[in-house]
Amino acid sequence: MAEVQSAGGGADFDLSQFYEIFFEEAGENLDQMEKMLLSLDLTQADDEELNGIFRCAHSIKGGAATFGFSDVAELTHHMESLLDKLRRHELQPAPSMVDVLLESADASRSLLARHQAGGEGDSLDTSDLVRRIAGLAAGQAAPAPAPARAPAPVAVVAVEPAVSAPLDEEPEASPQPAAEAPAPAPAAPPGTRSLEIHVGPLERPEQAEAVRELFRDIPGLGTIEALPSPQPDMRAFAVETASSDEDLLDLFVFHVSKEQVRILPRAPQEPVDPDEIEAQAAARRPFGFFHDAPGSPIASFGLFEGAPGVPEGAQAGGAQSEQSSASAPRTAAAPKSAQTALEASSIRVSVSKVDQLINLVGELVITQAMLAQNSQGLDPSQYQQLMSGLADLDRNTRDLQESVMSIRMIPMSTVFSRFPRMLRDLAGKLGKKVDLVTQGEATELDKSLVEKITDPLTHLVRNSCDHGVEAPDVRIAAGKAETGTITLSASHQGGSIVIEVRDDGRGLSREKILKKAVERGIEVNDQMSDSDVWGLIFAPGFSTAETVTDVSGRGVGMDVVKKNINSLGGSVDIDSVEGYGMKVSVRLPLTLAIMDGMSVRVADEVYILPLSSVIESFQVEPETVSTIAQGSQLVKVRSDYMPVVALDKTFQVPRNGDAREANIMVVVEADGSRVALQVDELLGQHQVVVKNLESNYRRVPNISGATILGDGKVALILDTGGLVRRARY
Amino acid sequence: MFSILAVDDSPSMRKMVSFTLTGAGYHVVEAVDGQDAFEKAQTEKIDLVLADQNMPRLDGIGLTRMLRENPKFKNTPILILTTESSDQMKQAGRAAGATGWLVKPFDPSRLIEVIQKVIR
Amino acid sequence: MGVMGKMDEGSAKGAREYLTFRLDKEEYGIDILKVQEIRGYEPPTRIANAPAFIKGVVNLRGTIVPIVDMRLKFNCDQADYNSFTVVIILNLRNRVVGIVVDSVSDVLELSPDHIKAAPDIESVIDNGCILGLGSIAERMLILLDIEKLMSSVDMGLVPAEA
Repeated sequence: MAEVQSAGGGADFDLSQFYEIFFEEAGENLDQMEKMLLSLDLTQADDEELNGIFRCAHSIKGGAATFGFSDVAELTHHMESLLDKLRRHELQPAPSMVDVLLESADASRSLLARHQAGGEGDSLDTSDLVRRIAGLAAGQAAPAPAPARAPAPVAVVAVEPAVSAPLDEEPEASPQPAAEAPAPAPAAPPGTRSLEIHVGPLERPEQAEAVRELFRDIPGLGTIEALPSPQPDMRAFAVETASSDEDLLDLFVFHVSKEQVRILPRAPQEPVDPDEIEAQAAARRPFGFFHDAPGSPIASFGLFEGAPGVPEGAQAGGAQSEQSSASAPRTAAAPKSAQTALEASSIRVSVSKVDQLINLVGELVITQAMLAQNSQGLDPSQYQQLMSGLADLDRNTRDLQESVMSIRMIPMSTVFSRFPRMLRDLAGKLGKKVDLVTQGEATELDKSLVEKITDPLTHLVRNSCDHGVEAPDVRIAAGKAETGTITLSASHQGGSIVIEVRDDGRGLSREKILKKAVERGIEVNDQMSDSDVWGLIFAPGFSTAETVTDVSGRGVGMDVVKKNINSLGGSVDIDSVEGYGMKVSVRLPLTLAIMDGMSVRVADEVYILPLSSVIESFQVEPETVSTIAQGSQLVKVRSDYMPVVALDKTFQVPRNGDAREANIMVVVEADGSRVALQVDELLGQHQVVVKNLESNYRRVPNISGATILGDGKVALILDTGGLVRRARY
Repeated sequence: MFSILAVDDSPSMRKMVSFTLTGAGYHVVEAVDGQDAFEKAQTEKIDLVLADQNMPRLDGIGLTRMLRENPKFKNTPILILTTESSDQMKQAGRAAGATGWLVKPFDPSRLIEVIQKVIR
Repeated sequence: MGVMGKMDEGSAKGAREYLTFRLDKEEYGIDILKVQEIRGYEPPTRIANAPAFIKGVVNLRGTIVPIVDMRLKFNCDQADYNSFTVVIILNLRNRVVGIVVDSVSDVLELSPDHIKAAPDIESVIDNGCILGLGSIAERMLILLDIEKLMSSVDMGLVPAEA
């Protein structure tokens, strides 16, 4: 459970049940904010975008304050202030603002993650970020203040003493709050007053302690020290603060009513500009505390006198009557345009529910297959209705299956979304200029793939940025545009999804790769095709980079990428032209869970082959098989020789004394190579529901999963890639 | 039983408010923004509207204005939830015809107190 | 058949319920909360190159569950497969797994004073997986930490290297 700061003491209300919803929501808001910040056109900032970004920060702040995450609330409060000025056009957007807001979004994420994990350990120090934001917020003097803001002097009066400091420089004499202030700050902010505050008579004097806590919890409020109690039911404090009396009373009133508080000056104070105090108080707008102050200008709740809906004789509650002022300006609270980030026509469903649904549909497919199997021997003329019903069932099940599988399909945009930011940071770090183009964001893929494809793709993009795209001056010297382009695209091709990472950089050097391969003892020759040469870079530890940046180039990348993609049932290919660029194509099966399979019999056991890897099958003719060293065999298929994998030997299938009748060869292809699997009999082709073997057991070599046959028994699905690799190396 | 229309684009806030109010014996209708709230108000029985101010599509004050134009909601209590309590905000709220306001963040028990002042 | 955990009204403090089963001549007890159900034995699908005591995997209402024959694992005299053979389906923290035993007896409630520490004896079962010795009436039960036992590397369910 996340730690809770004292944001209101409602003892009967356990707000922690809402934390998870809030964390998820805040995460989405941060994603949205980041996306909008990155696409913001600084020269012509779109009003709606600015408003949208503001609302994201505002929403997070509200939730954080309500649920007691005051560190997040504080940071987002500052972000919100800066964004508020931007959306009101009091400030011009600048790249440094985008930078600090992006960094602050990152910091907010960390702070939230810490809370979500239970709040252990030290909190991130955000004081530097806060200083920078405040500096930017003040750095540019506002143009003539908008008339509607007349009541609040904030826009007119220079808020911070550091107003004359140039952008990005840290203001000295920082009026910004120290993160925790139990001890008096060394330099008291300007406008500080010394006060003596008496609290009482109190039913429970401890209530006054809560007042002291306020000073600890609100950054910048001031300092407080206990004084000897004037009476048993009274408490007294010495306070240094820049806040006005009214502000203090507002704060205290949550714990003690106004009538119980007396504020007295303690030492002669210089006359202070009330506007400046107001401005500073407004700038350090307290939040996260509940006020109830009858007659106070900053009330926490109030009813408009004479407004519709106010019951007869109802007290105006927490506020003085609000007289409608004839000069009250009509503020621009007009209904916003139809732009909305909210999809009110979708619902959230937990992943486990979807998985359960898919499992059940899978069961249905199996049962339907069993019915189909069992009804094969029936006389159609006798059982016409039954057969026709079964045919309908077949169709319906297929449709249902497709529908259900599509629930788990999400668009590639979710994978692509992290790259703009990543590339921006990376290109900046490497001193390169790179544009990112994405295509086919709407292309969908299965949710489970999304998680697994992100790392390999990230590596490929980093590679392109680091090794592919050249430095600006190198590009210009080569007659290219200064800014390189990396293109991420996704499309459906057949039963697969193809994702490409293309760059217009320097491309691969055949020479260098061959040289490196020789150095590493890999066998190569000059006649190798280009694609074979490019394939060499998938060897472990292979890297032709001259310098190893901390980004990539340690040579641990490409082989892991290939392995990851292979384990998803996919393949990777490289295409390159030296000097022009490089393209990496990743091909993945569209769904993992349902597969077209070919079932084969080996002795008494049934195994399933992925139909997509089956090339052909034929009856063995002994003359075509030759035995070579160590008992391995080759079979001649037309003009090619390929290794034979006898499944009964690979899986040590017991034959129980029966004669070996392994007469059928099935040619399968994986990883660009072919082998012939030797089996007893081909049983048929059908769709199978793929079940995970590793969830309750472990990874088994040469087996990629399991399925349940029509008779309820489990059959193992062969990992053709594994079998091919075994046979060839 | 009184029926409250709770409007907020933040799911966590909405859930929290809804939970608090149902716990206190109110029936709650949730809406994700002003537009959604306005549509729901047409068909549901509503005794009080509790609306966040800052929302996309249609904000709290905008919603108030639209509701007040409908005779059915001429006298329905409408409370705006806001993180600001500036005079400007209050004036806008009043001009739109809101019944009152409540500053966020608030204590859940305070919410109930406030509502009880308005509908009994 | 399913085993339902029942809360005894007059439970003694700290008492836990154990499912008891027989392996060879010994009686064992395991935390009832880890038992999902009890089934008869059906021949599993063999997995090549697995240890002999891992009989294979079965389909449990759509989930693939490995079956471990405890009698083979612990070198019992007999390991028959007939209509009386019993498989206990365990629902452990990370996995569902079935164990073949000779027979299942009953569910007992044992309070801590009925349990004493197991002496360091020579046993086929690693002492680290023995919670203690329970005694009730004339019976002596070896109480197993079934979670730990099934996750140990030599049980073959967990890959050897992380």
